[in-house]
Amino acid sequence: MLNYTIRRLVLSIPTLLFIALVIFLLLELAPGDPMGQMPLTIPDDVKQRMREALGLGEPWYTRFYLWLYQFFVVEPQYWIDGAFGTNFADGAQRIISFQSRSPVFDTIAERLPQTLWVVGMSYVVGVAIALPIGIISAYKQYSVFDQAGTFVSMIGFSVPPFFSGVLVIVIFSVQLGWLPSIYDTTHEVVDWETFKFQLQQMIMPVMVLALQTTAQVSRYMRASMLDNLGQDYVRTARAKGLTESVVVMRHVLRNSMIPVVTVIALGIPSIFGGAIITEQVFKVNGLGQLLIIALQGSDIPMVMTITFLLAVLIVMMNLIADILYGVLDPRIRYD
Amino acid sequence: MKLKTALMGAVATFAVAQMAYADAHEGERGRDGEVNIIYWQAPSILNPFLSGGTKDIEAASLIIEPLARYNSSGELTPWLVEEIPTVANGGVSEDLTSITWNITPGLTWSDGTPFTSRDVQFTYEYCTDPEAGCAQLTKFDGVSSVETPDDLTVVVNFDSPTPFPYGPFVGGESPIIQAAQFSECMGARAPECTDENFGPIGTGPFVVTEFRTNDVIQLEANENYRDPNKPAFQSVTFKGGGDATAAGRAVMETGEFDYAWNLQLAPDVIASMEEGGLGTPVAGFGPLVERIMLNNTNPDPSLSAEERAVIKPHPFLGDPAVYNAMSMAIDRPLLVEVGYGQAGKVTCNWVPAPAAVNSDTMTCDTQDIAGANAMLDEAGYMDTDGDGIRETPDGVPMEILYQTSTNAVRQDFQALIKEWWSEIGIEAELRNVDSSVFFGGDPGSPDTFQKFYADVQMYANTFNGTDPQAYLGNGLCDKAPSPATQWQGENISRFCMEEYDALHAELTQTADAAERAEIAKQLNDMMVMNGGMIPLVHRGRLSAHANSLGGIDLNVWDSELWNIADWYRTGENR
Repeated sequence: MLNYTIRRLVLSIPTLLFIALVIFLLLELAPGDPMGQMPLTIPDDVKQRMREALGLGEPWYTRFYLWLYQFFVVEPQYWIDGAFGTNFADGAQRIISFQSRSPVFDTIAERLPQTLWVVGMSYVVGVAIALPIGIISAYKQYSVFDQAGTFVSMIGFSVPPFFSGVLVIVIFSVQLGWLPSIYDTTHEVVDWETFKFQLQQMIMPVMVLALQTTAQVSRYMRASMLDNLGQDYVRTARAKGLTESVVVMRHVLRNSMIPVVTVIALGIPSIFGGAIITEQVFKVNGLGQLLIIALQGSDIPMVMTITFLLAVLIVMMNLIADILYGVLDPRIRYD
Repeated sequence: MKLKTALMGAVATFAVAQMAYADAHEGERGRDGEVNIIYWQAPSILNPFLSGGTKDIEAASLIIEPLARYNSSGELTPWLVEEIPTVANGGVSEDLTSITWNITPGLTWSDGTPFTSRDVQFTYEYCTDPEAGCAQLTKFDGVSSVETPDDLTVVVNFDSPTPFPYGPFVGGESPIIQAAQFSECMGARAPECTDENFGPIGTGPFVVTEFRTNDVIQLEANENYRDPNKPAFQSVTFKGGGDATAAGRAVMETGEFDYAWNLQLAPDVIASMEEGGLGTPVAGFGPLVERIMLNNTNPDPSLSAEERAVIKPHPFLGDPAVYNAMSMAIDRPLLVEVGYGQAGKVTCNWVPAPAAVNSDTMTCDTQDIAGANAMLDEAGYMDTDGDGIRETPDGVPMEILYQTSTNAVRQDFQALIKEWWSEIGIEAELRNVDSSVFFGGDPGSPDTFQKFYADVQMYANTFNGTDPQAYLGNGLCDKAPSPATQWQGENISRFCMEEYDALHAELTQTADAAERAEIAKQLNDMMVMNGGMIPLVHRGRLSAHANSLGGIDLNVWDSELWNIADWYRTGENR
């Protein structure tokens, strides 16, 4: 298992470098201009000088190499300096956003808490709701509960957050006035009152996002349970006289979890990607909003860094899911 | 119509003035607690010299200030100086090559250090550093040096007579930054100064306590602000992001925010939000005009990419009968109603504001399809093959490509105008391009508005401040984008007329304000009457404020937040 893990890790290096190149070239080929959002009152020659000040005068391979160097050498030096008070970096140029002219990683670090709180929490909530729904739906197939679960899942799949998000805002913020419609990212939880406010401002985005996760995961869970409930080993277990709860929760559930765990693990990188639309609707201003604003402004270093970090996460989560397979399913061995 | 508008404007101004007096109140600094502002475009940086974005300039205007700025009626107002220098008071030299500013004595930065002429000089050096990539470089066009005879005197020297010397250090785009803070941030080092760019030290009513890029800014009242009783608010939360609808909702329907900037929304959406009863939309009109640019070159796709934007003339768009008929066929009041509501007015002019330069030569507020048809018939454009599309006397069918940027209102306009033009036998093919590409200026893209690979295109443009000289320069022959200039240039329609160039040269030599306005009007008329463009709608800026917020004086000539030091909570909400 260890050999396998190391082999996969080593293999992932060329994969990631290739991904970095592809992302960079895609951004390079895509139309758009960092000065595109500047007012027309700024003349073209001034814009050209601003582009040059951003380093856009250099050929693409120089800029790609510079980004790689900054990402893999300069940035880690800054982290080490930050952690141990050393001075490896010695004022070297970090990856700088075109829009804010500030280090890209500082902004990402600033955004991560909101995204983890809201999107991460919605994932946890969504999975926590989805698993029981999936299990019960499968066990009582075609019951009223199953039908209702299917209905809710269909809604979750088919209603986009730019509709459901605005709908809950209109109901709970505009009509009832119970909840804030704009997320306060500077809010700090220090006591009971502030915690209550944090709950109030989180509940709408979390539930809108959780609905989608629930829909997806509960369908997988139900399908996987149904596959297993008809298996011979289940009949054997029942024939041995085991109680229904043991049969379902121990034998069937464990086996059914194998594909579901992969789905859940592979969904984790998307948490870090943030929820572009939902973050915009509720003004959570996390990583998703950061990415979309950077895309709109052709902020190449920012887009490049965020998408590459996502690629790293996806590659890692794939590896973790594969390893979990081995742990959960004794039939699978990699060595 | 014009008189009525003017009268209504006068009545409104009077009413506003009355209200302001009724509400005016004094008190100590910070008495009204917190004010929440929402901009649906989030500020990225608080240094206007590194970003030309309006959102960044306006956010920075809470902190850093220019020597003088425009008030809400477009008049120059002394800000950090004693008075506006003019030739009459001796502040501007007789030969128009220098201007002397006298800084108000006793001004301090928010850190308590004195504000001196050295800071002003430093700002000039900072922006004009060749490696800085300063977004406001045009503000310093023609400046040969900035001198500081003493701590409170700044002399700006120009390399040639400059009739309008109020470019440098005037208006929200040209604020003063502190020399002590930015001295290490010159030239290529400018982007590395994140702390400075995110938290400039200023003379304005507020200081930054926390800046989160593209998200939120927290500000506190400046303890060293020049007026001890201002600002009325102790703190400001400046939230960015989302969309205009949500921003309007947060002010007018849920009341979470007090001020929402630039609500570019359909008139019916604004009206339904206003029914929320918590806020009021306010509109102001600068020189922003939505217009259709007429291509003066031949955009025939069979010509090579290099030739299309250079070879003249257009097969038929250069004929006055054609562009006048196209303009007559447009129902401008309907466009205003559909697209902008209270934030739009009918205009026939390229430069509709300030009022002094708004020409009244032309009228265009009634649609005249029959007249347009008659005009085309008379000029010999007939539908000879019976397909409903006219042909030129040479047999070229009058089919045009009509492009614009992707935007709901612009697509509505396209559909309406296409319909009207089809009624006069001109067939328009519609096209829309994503705005980041359209306005992006990438010389490699065929879809930019500079290349203008279409017969007509629609967008809006404006200028900063109140002096239209540079903006009127967009009609000069040598400003046309071409392959030789890497497609840079502001004369998008490739309009070219000797008389225009000559009259513009005269404008650059004229100092008298009334004469300048007269020449500007003539230039405006020349451009519109000779087929440079078809102006459609004079667009205003629509913002909304909470009913509990007083002192708002919407300013389209400078930052909207220019007078935030005078904002306060009204009566019952305090």
